[in-house]
Amino acid sequence: MSDTPIFFDEMYQGGGAPRAPYAGYDGWFRGEDLRDLRKKSADAERFFRRTGITFNVYGQAEADERLIPFDLVPRIISGREWARLTRGIEQRVRAINAFLHDIYHRQEILRAGRVPVDLIAKNAAFLPQMIGMAPPGGVYTHIVGVDLVRTGEDEFFVLEDNARTPSGVSYMLENRETMLQMFPELFTRIKVQPVQDYPVNLHRSLAASAPRDCSPDCTVAVLTPGIHNSAYFEHAFLADQMGVELVEGHDIRITGGKVQMRTTQGYKPIDVLYRRVDDDFLDPLNFRPDSLLGVPGVMDVYRAGGITIANAPGTGIADDKAIYSYMPDIVEFYTGEKAILQNVPTWRCSEADALAYVLDHLSELVVKEVHGSGGYGMLVGPAASKKELAAFRAKLTAKPANYIAQPTLALSTVPILTQAGLAPRHVDLRPYVLVAPDKITITPGGLTRVALKKGSLVVNSSQGGGTKDTWVLEE
Amino acid sequence: MLGKTAGGLFWMFRYLERSENTARLIETGFRIALTRADGDDDEWTSVLQTASVAHLYFEKHGQIEAAKAIDFMLRDMANPSSVLSAISAARQNARLVRTAITREVWEAVNDTYMVLKQALARPVSARDLPEVLALIRQQSALVRGAMHGTMLRNDIFDFCRLGTFLERADNTARILDVKYYVLLPSISQIGSSLDNVQWETILRSVAGMRAYRWITQGETSPIGIADFLIFDTRMPRSLAFSVGKIATNLAYLEQAYGTRHPCHAAIDGLAGRLRHGKIERVFEDGLHEFITDFLADVAKLGQQVEADYRFLG
Repeated sequence: MSDTPIFFDEMYQGGGAPRAPYAGYDGWFRGEDLRDLRKKSADAERFFRRTGITFNVYGQAEADERLIPFDLVPRIISGREWARLTRGIEQRVRAINAFLHDIYHRQEILRAGRVPVDLIAKNAAFLPQMIGMAPPGGVYTHIVGVDLVRTGEDEFFVLEDNARTPSGVSYMLENRETMLQMFPELFTRIKVQPVQDYPVNLHRSLAASAPRDCSPDCTVAVLTPGIHNSAYFEHAFLADQMGVELVEGHDIRITGGKVQMRTTQGYKPIDVLYRRVDDDFLDPLNFRPDSLLGVPGVMDVYRAGGITIANAPGTGIADDKAIYSYMPDIVEFYTGEKAILQNVPTWRCSEADALAYVLDHLSELVVKEVHGSGGYGMLVGPAASKKELAAFRAKLTAKPANYIAQPTLALSTVPILTQAGLAPRHVDLRPYVLVAPDKITITPGGLTRVALKKGSLVVNSSQGGGTKDTWVLEE
Repeated sequence: MLGKTAGGLFWMFRYLERSENTARLIETGFRIALTRADGDDDEWTSVLQTASVAHLYFEKHGQIEAAKAIDFMLRDMANPSSVLSAISAARQNARLVRTAITREVWEAVNDTYMVLKQALARPVSARDLPEVLALIRQQSALVRGAMHGTMLRNDIFDFCRLGTFLERADNTARILDVKYYVLLPSISQIGSSLDNVQWETILRSVAGMRAYRWITQGETSPIGIADFLIFDTRMPRSLAFSVGKIATNLAYLEQAYGTRHPCHAAIDGLAGRLRHGKIERVFEDGLHEFITDFLADVAKLGQQVEADYRFLG
């Protein structure tokens, strides 16, 4: 990689002319006054605070409800680009579900030697409780977030899959709501595919995966760890938008083989539980006994076919960073086709050759913990100091199997509004995928995360990232 | 609806009502301090007693002092009835029941919290107090307006109203309880009209000055004021009015759910006593005893509602 990487800017070409998807927006933007826009930006922040779209920071007082910064320049994707992406995403999500079914049943892919047995057997995300269990409707991952990055005109890579409980979809919806309020005229000039059906589709998709003996008006509920969880706002938001109850573990008990919630009129059965509680905490009788967040015995009802849990327990085995490197094989194994979306080349540090390469090239690579998330425990080689590199080298040598490494990608940029006007910043994209037994629905766009610091490649909100509204144009 | 949600709505509206009542009490104390000749701070003791937090205040500050009392009632998080405590608790409950309230109500509560948190970030000087109190009143009106304008009239609404009126009944009864000795005609006071400051305190703390004058053409007698605050169903903070609202909302719940609970029998008894009661009889039997019984009944009713609708378990 050269010293001055040339980044692909999604809005402007080298000469300063807008790329095709941004032509309409650029025309509008040139007619706007910068001061007005900055004022709008402050309005947007007030709007978010008032609406309470905040996330809690663990271990801090309620005074520390943070806003994820919102940038008002949209990220725009053409209808053609999107069509290609959706084909790739759908293929990948189908493969993930087939993989999960196989891993918890016949394990053909292990027998075929395409994925090493140890990677599954020794993986904490593999749940023996799921062996032989068929989830209602055959769906494992009802909601998936596929994180994509772009490096060129037609170059998209999957950075990671989120098959457990992907978050952030409330920002996708509220970002659009904010843009509609601030710039209604833009949406009459430019035809943008709507995202507002997501909650309706989510409800429909969850209800379609209900257990077979479910009551005709199937009852869906959202299970939250509670008001102090960092994503509580999103849990409440989704329950509200779907028109279903938001429950905590202590609202629920199990009677008559059903999971029931305590209502003002006694206990009422739940058919589908959209849980935003991790596997470990889901059921103290079956997993972590010290968990106060879950529902004791819910796994037993689940195994008896009395409830749908979304996403199914044990899906983490499919989005593990060590499994990630096998995804092209996994897609091919189950779909019989080449993967449409590319993986980022990945060195598995558990392998001696790969480890040697990674140690030799540490200052050029991004190294991630296999089980890490949220941008924690990650090394961005080119941005790290000598001291940081040395410290990481020690950790890596001590526990190589704990890490994977990837080249530092030249992430595309989209401008944000700064004091001085537009300035390019690196972005990624998380589209949201809903899986029902009969169909897969992908909301056009998704959540664009943007690194607000100049030159930074880390877009996570916990590391100072912001978000943008994401537009997919009608063709 | 989840039992927990019903409980959250109930407490959210209790705390909203409490924040407004506390603000009104501060206003009363402040107003009397301004219009009174002598220099002691007696009215603040009375304000703290009315809010049932005098013991907390004296534990912390030892002796009464206007600025400290105002600060304690406005901003002290150690005082569960302070405006800031109550509004924080209301918002915490609103977050809990976010799915049951409309976006407008949530935003009104959240906005109220943010505005008041900022306004009460530092001690409020006497000069700024009227403006801050006006702000609290305005914000309460905003929440109430959002609620009445946007919420469905279903069980959710009923639990909100139950919280509001249980808190209000409790509050008005406490004001009467703290001041009952003022209203009791003593030998020297029989036939004389009440001390100005004393009855003003009472009426102002329930926002009933104008209303009372309008109804009685300026005649102020102990029995008249007690009658007004206990039995007058036109007075929106009277015991009879509050209990009437509780009865109505419990009846709606009975109708909607098709189930009669012990709380329905309890409210029928309480409402009947107020409907058929006479102020002369209350004075004969003892005003203090009447109020004490009433407060106990209201507290029991609250617990019964909590049990009948499974707020906790």
